[in-house]
Amino acid sequence: MTMRFQKGSAAIMATLLAACSSSAARTAPSVTPVAALPSAADVAGREQTADQQIRHAIARLTFGARPGDYERVRAIGVDRWIARQLDPARIDDRATDAWLARFRTLTMKPADLARDYPPPQTVLAQDRRREASSAARADSSARPASRLDAADSVALRDARRRAQQVIDELQAAKVARALTSERQLQEVMVDFWDNHFSIFAGKGAPERYLLASFERDAIRPNALGKFRDLLGAVATSPAMLYYLDNWESTVEPDRPALSTFTARPVRGRLGVAFRPAPRPRRNGLNENYGRELLELHTLGVDGGYSQADVISAARAFTGWTIDRPQLGGGFVFRPALHDAGEKRFLGRRLAAGRGMEDGEEVLDILARSPATAHFIATKLARRFVSDSPPPALVDRAAATFARTDGDIRETLRTIVTSPEFFSRAAYKAKVKSPFELVLSALRAVDAAPDTTPRAARIIARLGEPLFMHRDPNGYPETGDAWINTGSILNRINFGLAVAGERLPGVALGTWAHGAGLDTLSGASRIDGVIAALLGGEASPDTRRVLESGVNPLIAAGPPASPDTRSVADTAPPDSGGEMGAGPAVHRDPLGAPPPLSGLRQAVGLALGAPEFQRR
Amino acid sequence: MQRRVFVKSGALALVTMGLSPSFLKRAIFAQSRLAAPRGKVLICLFQRGAADALNVVVPHGDAEYYALRPTIAIPRPTKLAAGAALVTRDARAAIDLDGFFGLHPALAPLKPLWDRRILAPIVAVGSPSATRSHFDAQDFMETGTPDVKATSDGWLNRYLAAKGTCAECHASRSPFEAVAFSPQTPRILEGPAPSIAMTSLADFSIRATGTDVERLEALYRTGSADIVHGAGAETFDAVKMLRAANPMQYQPEHGAEYPSSPFGQSLRQIAQLIKAGVGLEIAFADVGGWDTHVNEGAVTGQLASRLNEFAQAIAALVTDLDDRMDDVIILTMSEFGRMAKQNGNAGTDHGHAGAMFVIGGPVRGGRVHGRWPGLATEQLYQGRDLALTTDFRAVFTEVVMTHLGAVDGTRVFPGFTPDGALGLL
Repeated sequence: MTMRFQKGSAAIMATLLAACSSSAARTAPSVTPVAALPSAADVAGREQTADQQIRHAIARLTFGARPGDYERVRAIGVDRWIARQLDPARIDDRATDAWLARFRTLTMKPADLARDYPPPQTVLAQDRRREASSAARADSSARPASRLDAADSVALRDARRRAQQVIDELQAAKVARALTSERQLQEVMVDFWDNHFSIFAGKGAPERYLLASFERDAIRPNALGKFRDLLGAVATSPAMLYYLDNWESTVEPDRPALSTFTARPVRGRLGVAFRPAPRPRRNGLNENYGRELLELHTLGVDGGYSQADVISAARAFTGWTIDRPQLGGGFVFRPALHDAGEKRFLGRRLAAGRGMEDGEEVLDILARSPATAHFIATKLARRFVSDSPPPALVDRAAATFARTDGDIRETLRTIVTSPEFFSRAAYKAKVKSPFELVLSALRAVDAAPDTTPRAARIIARLGEPLFMHRDPNGYPETGDAWINTGSILNRINFGLAVAGERLPGVALGTWAHGAGLDTLSGASRIDGVIAALLGGEASPDTRRVLESGVNPLIAAGPPASPDTRSVADTAPPDSGGEMGAGPAVHRDPLGAPPPLSGLRQAVGLALGAPEFQRR
Repeated sequence: MQRRVFVKSGALALVTMGLSPSFLKRAIFAQSRLAAPRGKVLICLFQRGAADALNVVVPHGDAEYYALRPTIAIPRPTKLAAGAALVTRDARAAIDLDGFFGLHPALAPLKPLWDRRILAPIVAVGSPSATRSHFDAQDFMETGTPDVKATSDGWLNRYLAAKGTCAECHASRSPFEAVAFSPQTPRILEGPAPSIAMTSLADFSIRATGTDVERLEALYRTGSADIVHGAGAETFDAVKMLRAANPMQYQPEHGAEYPSSPFGQSLRQIAQLIKAGVGLEIAFADVGGWDTHVNEGAVTGQLASRLNEFAQAIAALVTDLDDRMDDVIILTMSEFGRMAKQNGNAGTDHGHAGAMFVIGGPVRGGRVHGRWPGLATEQLYQGRDLALTTDFRAVFTEVVMTHLGAVDGTRVFPGFTPDGALGLL
């Protein structure tokens, strides 16, 4: 985070220096307690069998088992493996980082992205300016801005394509990391926080330049750290400031700002003098970030705050802005825009005349609130245990959060080592989100990572376009939101597409299990596929269906009427150009039906089966 | 278009006689139910993000409007001559409706519907809840229980569930009775009664051949009775039915041109489903981008573009359906309106009461419904927002009972009793 400040009164400098040091990591790095592993008594009391515990831990702490994962975890013991995943810094992940270096835009600074991938309007404006200057020389009048010619259209299309490339790489990289990283729990937590602090990449041109840095610099380093650090990093990230409009939020025109003028040094004949610079525009207060900070990021909507608190929070963050966002600038605090009046926030008085301390104190208060502890604990339990997590577990996790001053790692440890986590009720209780479904399928068949946006488009098709959730509340966390008639259809079709190798990186021929299973036949092959993809668990009915292709219900029931003839009997309807060629429509990534036979058929059925929808 | 004058005037007569204890209210609606034939459709369109009602149904006759919005108000339509009707001479002013209210010029495609008296704007309508949170407010409007967080089902689902208990209804239930064009089931349709959420008719098929499909179907019809299996079984029923009915064969008629946006295409497909006769009764689509905190624009700009696409899509749907509109009602809604005064970023912050459109053959269109509370500071809600004079549940109750034939509105909106008919239908 870069800090720029106007040269001026010493008071301002002191304020800013104090703010600088206070916004660095505020708490000591967490140390894994000695007694991190559960006691033998705790382990013995678990409802799940030893085998289930391993599968369950893999299902919840990773994006799905790869061939060999079960054996690897069993070898070191599930509790030791969980403890390792909770300490990602000790896990060597250089291979993943090396592979991800292919995504050029991910390592670029926002300013460089803005320069190399300018938004379409900028390209058009640049062309026009160039044209206008040459036209002026030729004494012809400039074309009105509303008319585009062929060259303009080409330039616009290219600019749009390149702008889309930035978002494509962001999405493809997220998929690739979840696919290959050895620090799986860290990536699960990055996904969790990406959704908790959800940002819409389509907000405006600057947003896409700022998102890579957001995930890389604000989220990932703090995903298992202290919540207060994470909160601070997000609050000063240009991506969030832009998305929730805080960069434009200023002190109201009739209230006192922290500084009443900004001065620039001017070298004159008598040495350096200071001349007041033009005052930055004071738009007025924007409540958006203040509200969502309380409602979605910390206390939760029932966390006990009022409209007045929202306004006070918004006032505290005035001046937290971006230096030239259109050019991908960094965070900057502008005293001239900051509301320096006294504020009351959640019953506390925030003194007048302060700068960044106002916002820092608001974050301190929020991070320490019991409501925040409970809200975060509930969300974590919902992600890791079940859609309606047991209240006793949530309370214990919230207590850990409060006791450790918001240590995410320790809070998570409380959850994933708890009896509730290893209960029968929690086993396979969660429905996979589209991201989790696609990743688990790719990992199950040992897919190779790829740089194309193909997988990301499928995830979007299934209802979860990455970084594209319009509202800051993020994607749903419970199964009933993801499961409906239409989505089941898409999930089944996805499973068939994977089996038909319609995704880059998927080659069942090189699949670790593939060679062995290919040589089997009939029941043994089915058993093998069930073992490989469904964790060895399938009901007798499922097994029978997969083996024989006979529906035990239909076979026993009344003859089918003409209306209920199989969908496979009729040719697919001609969808041709029916949908209209809107500019944003891509060819359906799930494609035409692939003919499946043998092993591929068994894989397609397993991936489309109800059991595979759960984790 | 045939108007059911008898039933309406009968109901009106009862109300004007001053006899409206609750049992009579139920009787009024029940009367219409017996008279209404089957095949009614309700299309709910949700503008997510709190659409700026004051710039949608513009109170150009209210001087305060212009004082509160110095740079983003929609200009008054001009008079051609003294005493003559107000006309809109160009696209840079409000389209006059009744001398006091007008439409944002980007809603020009809706003006013919007004002239045909099938479009009824409602002003100062919304939720009594004080919340200014988008998500809470959308939740309350979709569950139909403002300020009650515990409600887990949507009001449309409660309507379907109540309907499904009657014997003849249950026997003839179609899997396509309720369709939402969105990737997830919207809250308004969440609940025990089944509904379908899809994004495209063309893709609503299993991408497999031969026995693969039968095996997959078998997997979903055996095993535990959980949400995954339940939804799966319905899926297979629905796919077969859609294949047989083939709604894709229906092209837009009468020159209807839908925008190519997802919203436009959703409405196009709703029309196809209606024409295919698959038993569609409830359709839902939503469109976002209404949260204009910054740089809202006035006659042109962010809001204007959104409104233009919105209006074009609805106008296309009405044109496409032609006389089928006798049986169709389109209802637009948004979780709340926006602040009366513009903010420091040439936009508007969250407000309170908003506006709705009710469109269709049975609608008493060509007039603006609702009571205008005024925009003077003392008339504003909390001194900042348009005040509420009609509860959204009153509108929805009337539509559900009079149009769809529900007998008991309180099963759909528990805890709410309307004060008599609004006279929308």
